[in-house]
Amino acid sequence: MRLTQGTFSFLPDLTDEQIAAQIEYSLEHGWAMSVEHTDDPHPRNSFWEMWGLPLFDVDVNDVDVVLREVRACREANPNEYIKVIAYDASLGRQTTALSFIVNRPAHEPGFRLDRTADRDRVIRYSLHSYAAEKPVGARYRNGDRPD
Amino acid sequence: MADGSGNGKQGQQQLEGEKRWGAGVIPYAKMGYWEPDYVPKDTDVLSAHRITPQDGVDPIEAAAAVAGESSTATWTVVWTDRLTNYKQYQAKAYRVDKVPGDNNQYIAYIAHDIDLFEEGSVPNLTASIIGNVFGFKALKALRLEDQRIPQAYLKTFQGPAHGIVMEREYLNKFGRPLLGATVKPKLGLSAKNYGRVVYEALRGGLDFTKDDENINSQPFMRWRDRFLYSIEGVNRANEMSGEIKGHYMNVTAATMEDMYERAEFAKSLGSPIIMIDLVIGYTAMTSIAKWARANGMLLHLHRAGHGTYTRQKNHGVSFRVISKWVRMMGVDHVHAGTVVGKLEGDPNMIAGYYDTLRLNYTPVDPLKGIYFDQHWMSMPGVMPVASGGIHAGQMHQLLHYLGEDVVLQFGGGTIGHPMGIAAGATANRVAVEAMIQARNEGRDYFQEGPDILEHAAKGCPELDAALQVWKDVTFDFHPTDTPDYVVTPTVG
Repeated sequence: MRLTQGTFSFLPDLTDEQIAAQIEYSLEHGWAMSVEHTDDPHPRNSFWEMWGLPLFDVDVNDVDVVLREVRACREANPNEYIKVIAYDASLGRQTTALSFIVNRPAHEPGFRLDRTADRDRVIRYSLHSYAAEKPVGARYRNGDRPD
Repeated sequence: MADGSGNGKQGQQQLEGEKRWGAGVIPYAKMGYWEPDYVPKDTDVLSAHRITPQDGVDPIEAAAAVAGESSTATWTVVWTDRLTNYKQYQAKAYRVDKVPGDNNQYIAYIAHDIDLFEEGSVPNLTASIIGNVFGFKALKALRLEDQRIPQAYLKTFQGPAHGIVMEREYLNKFGRPLLGATVKPKLGLSAKNYGRVVYEALRGGLDFTKDDENINSQPFMRWRDRFLYSIEGVNRANEMSGEIKGHYMNVTAATMEDMYERAEFAKSLGSPIIMIDLVIGYTAMTSIAKWARANGMLLHLHRAGHGTYTRQKNHGVSFRVISKWVRMMGVDHVHAGTVVGKLEGDPNMIAGYYDTLRLNYTPVDPLKGIYFDQHWMSMPGVMPVASGGIHAGQMHQLLHYLGEDVVLQFGGGTIGHPMGIAAGATANRVAVEAMIQARNEGRDYFQEGPDILEHAAKGCPELDAALQVWKDVTFDFHPTDTPDYVVTPTVG
């Protein structure tokens, strides 16, 4: 399956040049940039691992500073999901402005829907992330299916 | 009306003493409801009414009558007024402007003291402001154009159960408009068929599907069955995409008890969102908004019925006022126009509604029909919803006119796709992502929109098919509700 979280997941994977353009747009708005990665893409996993602190005060001409962090995170976690986040700290927002995936594991095992029959025809659903069957650190090793 | 032949300011001096309090009927303007020198207090509720006086009725007297009938006055002098500090409770018309053009219309500005209204109650506010006065014989027509809600009063309202920021964080969706579709046909599908449409549209790429306003609990499909199959569709789509999706479960019903029962069931199923219709009324909307806040449920409002009183320019209530009230009452979503779709909407007027729903401060802007500066005191914004006759080929226009914090709802534009419902959803999702990408890359997406879509369609047969089928569909009619200062046709 293809995980479609993030702003551009229905488009072909972004090239570094396209990623740079999105970073530039974000810096023009004064947004703080950060990089996060995970080996558990469950949609209710709110807290991916932070690749360092958010980059505040990056000059709009220093797109490379952010891109460097993206590449470093990729090198360290080639088989994890990695996203770039632009954060808008202005009053009334104080939340993420843009968030898009810039790296995926070679194989995306996806999810299984577990069903439990409850009373009165109600079914309880639970989303099971195949990747999380293995312990943290042992998922997606060698870029292969976690089998 | 007592005296329809008032002759302007000179004849509208307030009466004092015996002349004011003698039994009988005297003009409203002379009873203290017209006060041209009045300086509105920061705590006053201010209203701008478009008035069309009956022939021969002086506009100032008409304005005073609106002030009177929306506050303390009755048709004749009553001595019991003197048991009160009546000046406090009398609304005051303080300014009357002729509307440009030859239409016998005036904008009357009226101030109501904050003491006139119960805290946190839109029903109480509206019972005065749009109560009996709208049937008043001395006026041919009356329209509430805008209101300034004082900050002190605003702070007595809950506001959106969650608001735009919380909704986006909850759904984990940022940087683009959300996408939705109303299940069609509106009426007649069985629960299982209905759930199929929910699943297909969501797995194809939409964020939300929606019950239509008139889907409640009819013989062909009862509410509980619909909820069960819809939530299955939602969960299946979450499984296939790894995203958080939702179906607006319409809990509109005949009684509040029924509505709470349906809302509680939606909650027990894990639905992230429910919906209500505007026709349930101000009290019911406020109640369910409080329930939604307490129960972590997003609240979608379909504005069914608003066209009966918002559309005609000379009579009723402008939708920008309705926008203000629903934000105060506390919904998270409300339908607010598309500009380019099948339903009424001048681009400038709709910009005024969207600003009113989303911004923290809206200054006076005659072009957008905004008559007062309004501060929102950090009250969260309501997500506007654009629904009705829109399709993927208009994505550049939709983004240009409506911005990013909006739900774009493609009902026919998803379900009517020649390759199927999921394909229709995919076409819409690819179109919106491609347009956001192009905009962020600095392209002139409004002008280059068709090229951007065509390029994206090269890698996406679903979008290509959508562009072919709907490329010539526009709804190009002149809107009936337009600003007084510039008339702009609907964009096709």
